[in-house]
Amino acid sequence: QVVTVEVLDHLEQLALVDFRDAEGVERLKKAIQFADQLHEVNTEGVEPMDSVLEDRCLYLREDDVTEGNCTSELLKNAREKVEEYFVAPPGNIPLPKLEERETFLKGS
Amino acid sequence: LAPWVPVVGLEIHAQISSNSKLFSGSQVQFAAPPNSLVSFFDASLPGTLPVLNRRCVEAAVMTGLALNCSINKKSLFDRKHYFYADLPAGYQITQQRVPIAVNGSLSYSLCIDNKMSQMVTKTVRIKQIQLEQDSGKSLHDDTRSQTLVDLNRAGVGLMEVVMEPDMCCGEEAAAAVRELQLILQTLGSSQAVMAEGQLRVDANVSVHHPGEPYGVRTEVKNINSLRFLAKAVDYEIQRQIEELENGGAILNETRAFDSKLGCTVPMRDKEGKQDYRFMPEPNLPPLVLYDTKSLPANVNHQQVVNIDWIHERLPDLPSVKRAKLVEQYGILPEHSFALLNEDGLTEFFEHVVKQTEMKPKKVIGWILNVLLSYLKQHSLTVKESPVSSFLLADLLNLLEKKEISSTAAKQVFAELWKGEGKTPLEIVKEKKLELIQDQTELEQICQAVIDRQENEVIMMVLG
Repeated sequence: QVVTVEVLDHLEQLALVDFRDAEGVERLKKAIQFADQLHEVNTEGVEPMDSVLEDRCLYLREDDVTEGNCTSELLKNAREKVEEYFVAPPGNIPLPKLEERETFLKGS
Repeated sequence: LAPWVPVVGLEIHAQISSNSKLFSGSQVQFAAPPNSLVSFFDASLPGTLPVLNRRCVEAAVMTGLALNCSINKKSLFDRKHYFYADLPAGYQITQQRVPIAVNGSLSYSLCIDNKMSQMVTKTVRIKQIQLEQDSGKSLHDDTRSQTLVDLNRAGVGLMEVVMEPDMCCGEEAAAAVRELQLILQTLGSSQAVMAEGQLRVDANVSVHHPGEPYGVRTEVKNINSLRFLAKAVDYEIQRQIEELENGGAILNETRAFDSKLGCTVPMRDKEGKQDYRFMPEPNLPPLVLYDTKSLPANVNHQQVVNIDWIHERLPDLPSVKRAKLVEQYGILPEHSFALLNEDGLTEFFEHVVKQTEMKPKKVIGWILNVLLSYLKQHSLTVKESPVSSFLLADLLNLLEKKEISSTAAKQVFAELWKGEGKTPLEIVKEKKLELIQDQTELEQICQAVIDRQENEVIMMVLG
């Protein structure tokens, strides 16, 4: 399986990670190889387990109001605020296009 | 020109009617000071964990049962990832792999050619119902190039109801959603008021030629009333047909409905296909539901949701209520639809029937043709009616006893509407609207008319 430039670009956009350079990409490839070893296990007829919690009981909470009303505490973390609203940029700031990104695959 | 077959599917998000949120104990309330109904979990502060609200599970089970779904005794929670300012965690907890309910159906009715007397029943399949979190609210401030974020709504429980593309036009879509709204309100699982954002509808629209595969579909968002839903769907169908007939192609995109212009426009920020990177929610075990058979002994009832227990307590659904009204009162099916369509109207009708000797079949005419049209003209709800069921029953009794004519009764109603506190009898006396029952008196009046208008009488007799 080839980790292509398109795949890397796609991952960077989705997860906002920065692979930065060839070394970073190499580390990614090694991580994928390591995980691929799972394919060597024969899982035919075995139900997939998707959580170590699958045998636990899911606790159900009563429908009571027990939290909230801590506006000032929450806003302490905000770099900018306007009258008790959090302030964010006008929309998702699009990442620069593939060709424009400097850090991308520097020296690869 | 070959005919086009429009195909319409719907994704409906209904806010669950509960005191607190789906995974946290902050309050659910419309219109509160910004960020006052937000817990640390809702703000996605590190170290917080989701704790499932039992009431939300019950609401979803109720709704699933009412829509004839199979309830999955084991359902799972997943994370759906995307970046937006009103989604502080960067993901929404939803049920993508195994939702709580699947494979149901909803029956709804339509009038053919706008004639109430010709109603046809249609069915739409319900693909699934899933529990998921609502996001916060973004207020766009274009002048200062910023977005203000209020997380009061973040984490409120939603039921997403997915309707298969069994509908073919705006009217069907609106009728199906209306019936769903009535069902949710009857169950109490959601108040489903579209104007308050408690019921949001996204439409998936495509067109194709008969016998050919389905066309590319677009998703239409930002629809906040039933009227706009019908308009948006019909506009989009037309737009796609015109585009294709002009040799163009339909893009698989998300479009917003612009209510002022009455058209759909492409939405920015939704360019390109989204990859949500679904993964199991690692902090929540599977949700296990029980029925009477599978219920373990010595169980803590607070920790268990019993599907059969909920089923036994389901109220009469709108379709059942309508059938009962038709059977009990001898009214027509379309009357029962009109009664249920207006909040409080059925109760009003039943109260009047109880207090008057007039047959329900006649009372219904007064309710639907007189009371309801007055209410609509003055934009009032049944609760706000200046004429109570008691007063109307009083009036109808006078009419039934032939003490006044039908025309006079309408005049009395108009007077009662003024809400001056007079009884029907008082108005009748005041305006001298009593019917003359005395035979001799009637003969005298007729004779006087004939005498006064001799010429006209001769003309009439001669034919």
